[in-house]
Amino acid sequence: MVPPRLVHTLTTWLDERVNLEEIRQFVRHKVVPVHKHTVWYYFGGMTLFLFALQVCTGILLLLYYRPSAEEAYESVQFIVTEVQFGWLIRSIHSWSANLMIATLMIHLFSVYFTRAYRKPRELTWVTGMFLFGIALFFGFSGYLLPWNTLAYFATKVGTDVAGQVPLVGHLITRILRGGADVTGATLSRFYGIHVAVLPLLMTGILGLHLFLVQKQGMSVPIEVEHSGRPPKTMPFFPNFLLRDLVGWLSALAVLAALAAYFPWELGTKADPFAPAPAGIRPEWYFMYMFQTLKYLPAKIGPIDGEFIGVMAFNLGGLFLLLVPFLDRRTARGEKSPLFFWLGVGIVTYIVLLSVLGYVAPGGK
Amino acid sequence: MDTPANSRRGFVNLLLGSGFGAMMVSVLYPVVRYLLPPESGEPTIANVTLPWKPSEIRSNTGRIFKFGTQPGILVKTPAGELRAFSAVCTHLNCTVQYRDEKQDIWCACHNGVYDLNGKNVSGPPPRPLEPYKAFVKGDQIVVSKGA
Amino acid sequence: MPWKWRLLLISMFVAPVILLAGEAEAQKPTEDNSCVQCHQGLGDPRVTPPAEKFAQDIHMAKGILCHDCHGGDPTNFDPQQAMSRAKGFIGKPTHQTIPTLCGKCHSDAVYMKRFDPTLRVDQVQEYYTSVHGKLLKKGDQKVATCISCHDVHRIRAIKDQQAWTYPVKVVDTCGRCHGDPKYMAGYNIPTDIVAKYKQSVHYEALTKKGDLSAPTCNICHGNHGAAPPGVESVANVCGTCHSVPAELFAKSPHQKAFASMGLFPCVVCHSNHDVMKTNDGMVGTTEKAVCVNCHDPKSVGFKQAATMRNSLDGLRESITRATAVLDQAEHAGMEISQARFELRGAADALLKARVTIHLVDPAAIQKLTDEGDKIATATRAKGVKALEDLAFRHRGLWVSVGIILLVIVGLVLKIREMDRQRERERTGDPPE
Repeated sequence: MVPPRLVHTLTTWLDERVNLEEIRQFVRHKVVPVHKHTVWYYFGGMTLFLFALQVCTGILLLLYYRPSAEEAYESVQFIVTEVQFGWLIRSIHSWSANLMIATLMIHLFSVYFTRAYRKPRELTWVTGMFLFGIALFFGFSGYLLPWNTLAYFATKVGTDVAGQVPLVGHLITRILRGGADVTGATLSRFYGIHVAVLPLLMTGILGLHLFLVQKQGMSVPIEVEHSGRPPKTMPFFPNFLLRDLVGWLSALAVLAALAAYFPWELGTKADPFAPAPAGIRPEWYFMYMFQTLKYLPAKIGPIDGEFIGVMAFNLGGLFLLLVPFLDRRTARGEKSPLFFWLGVGIVTYIVLLSVLGYVAPGGK
Repeated sequence: MDTPANSRRGFVNLLLGSGFGAMMVSVLYPVVRYLLPPESGEPTIANVTLPWKPSEIRSNTGRIFKFGTQPGILVKTPAGELRAFSAVCTHLNCTVQYRDEKQDIWCACHNGVYDLNGKNVSGPPPRPLEPYKAFVKGDQIVVSKGA
Repeated sequence: MPWKWRLLLISMFVAPVILLAGEAEAQKPTEDNSCVQCHQGLGDPRVTPPAEKFAQDIHMAKGILCHDCHGGDPTNFDPQQAMSRAKGFIGKPTHQTIPTLCGKCHSDAVYMKRFDPTLRVDQVQEYYTSVHGKLLKKGDQKVATCISCHDVHRIRAIKDQQAWTYPVKVVDTCGRCHGDPKYMAGYNIPTDIVAKYKQSVHYEALTKKGDLSAPTCNICHGNHGAAPPGVESVANVCGTCHSVPAELFAKSPHQKAFASMGLFPCVVCHSNHDVMKTNDGMVGTTEKAVCVNCHDPKSVGFKQAATMRNSLDGLRESITRATAVLDQAEHAGMEISQARFELRGAADALLKARVTIHLVDPAAIQKLTDEGDKIATATRAKGVKALEDLAFRHRGLWVSVGIILLVIVGLVLKIREMDRQRERERTGDPPE
């Protein structure tokens, strides 16, 4: 491969100009604690890998994609049929998006249940929650871009729900849609959000998140922390990184297999004048919210059921965002059964409602 | 020293090295092919270039062409004007045809008749044919959606 | 109180009065109308319904009221005066006089022009050419008159979806008599036609597909001049929409043959009321085929029927095979819209071949099916190529996955090596 002499020459050249010693030291000394919950450490890096994959496949896609209502669908069709390996790039991009959000959620809840959000890592948790929101928005905005029937109506419903936020809801919907309805203007906006706004935000907040993790090192479970003994560790370079790579390459193999055997469908071109087809559903990561809204009655007392649902989700999100500051027991280093069971409740709710979203017979 | 451990290490390095190299090829090859633009150049969307020269089309004739996944009909009126419509009959979706003896567009399925503006004038069709824009660009005829 | 508030207060009281007065103005016709007022007030099921129904009648909307048909004096609330013969009161018109009564206005071109110059004024004249009209003249009390089909006292415009004459409702309007065997006893015409028509593809088009151009009773039989089409006219009636089969039939040997035998074209094979969706099984020599109803196994026609059926079957199967391959490719994620479009050509050829059956010329049909077959075969080849591309992708995938697995194996071995080395360094053992 790359001859070691060349590498040596290059690093010496850089060293004379930019002192690399600090980096070398950091790399040499970065360690990862080893205990029964070490396996969860892989999920943050996996999410990062999948995000990098998204950026690469996304850039490749935008070389051919056209963000207008007249051309979007056909340009995706063009990518999938005419461009060499376009089918592969597109399917990997769509599947990896879902996989990334799945690993992100595993990462989120593993951090939650190991209570790694406690001091001094509150900021890491907060930035992480923002990253979660950005990822969901990435998924929501990207979903519309192929401009097919399912995407069109999912966006309609989604932006309607956003309108339920009190006071500013109507304004939010108008800004998101670029008008009163979902049109080509919405597509342009979502495209700009998806390829420029969110990547910028993501870069900034992800940078902060990663910096904090490097600076503070990995959190260990409270029991290990309190055992008194220093935890067993392994060096990040190369031991943990090699293991990371095994995970990342496995994910890549899975994505390639999905692209070949379960290619992401094209759908039919969106027709704003056609009635909504039966069975429109959002992607699985929004399913639990969608299903909840279906179950809520039209009115609870004098208030809209949908409004209550949206407020409940907002409060849930807020709760998660502020959990490091709300969980006093963990802050004191004690067991925190309330927050444990709240976490279990949230996960159960999400899983249950998502499953129901797929198996329950038609909505109201 | 050529110990078993060393040769094992050598083997692992070789495996890793060549495997990684092969993987890079199998990743970069599709990416490079992807970046090379395909033959068709651009998606044929709301625009279709017809395979006939403007001079080939005689007055008072019509012919069917592919527009997306549906048939379209290109008409040159007796006066010599180029017009294009969707060839999908608005009654029950049969493909319409040009009738030069009547100078109209006709659907053989249930005797539906449209005039040369695409308007449904007799028989079962409930709506006019969807109009397209047809224009001459140099030596080509281009049809696009929406009159 | 400042003047602005006074003005507001006053307008709050004045506005409703003005509005109500406007309403009162609109209600004026029946408020002072003795017919409506008395009949409504009586609450007797024998005389009240007309007054109540009339509010939705199109005549009422045009200002034509009870006395315009029934005579009498609507300004007088004394029953003797209101319903006096001297004032032209005719009471309930007899069955026989109804067409004349309606015709008083509806046959008067000058009068009808006031309301809609394009309205026809020959309905009564047409009516007397119909079977209904002829029987009425003979004194029949059961036969249909104007009010049997158009309702009475709540007559709606034809375009009104609730009108008895709205296309979707016509079969039930005619069927009120013609579908009732007890009512029709003695007339010697079939009464199963309503049930039969409701099974037909025309009724399905009308009701399920909302195609208002689909034929119902009056399209084939006429409405005012209702009569069954004769042998010579059936083909013209069907041929109004189905012009291509009708033209082809006229050129075929069946035209003369049917005429000489007094057989109804179209009806013999397709029936008249229960016209069902056609299928290839109608052609040929099998049990359900219509050809064997006339042609015996030794005849030329029998052999030709078998040939034609073979042609159709061949093309149909060719299209099915091509579609199956395309479906398979599409399901697996390959894009085959161009091939699908081209396959339409084969489907069009099959359609043309099926219609050409009416010409009963096996050679012509074979020519069409051969064309279609060529297209179907070419399209199927495209589908097969798409599946081959798919197989290539799968092969490529396994090669890539194999390579990745190789690297993973290498990584795992490397990890083990690294871990072992670290252990040695930790415990101070000499390197291997």
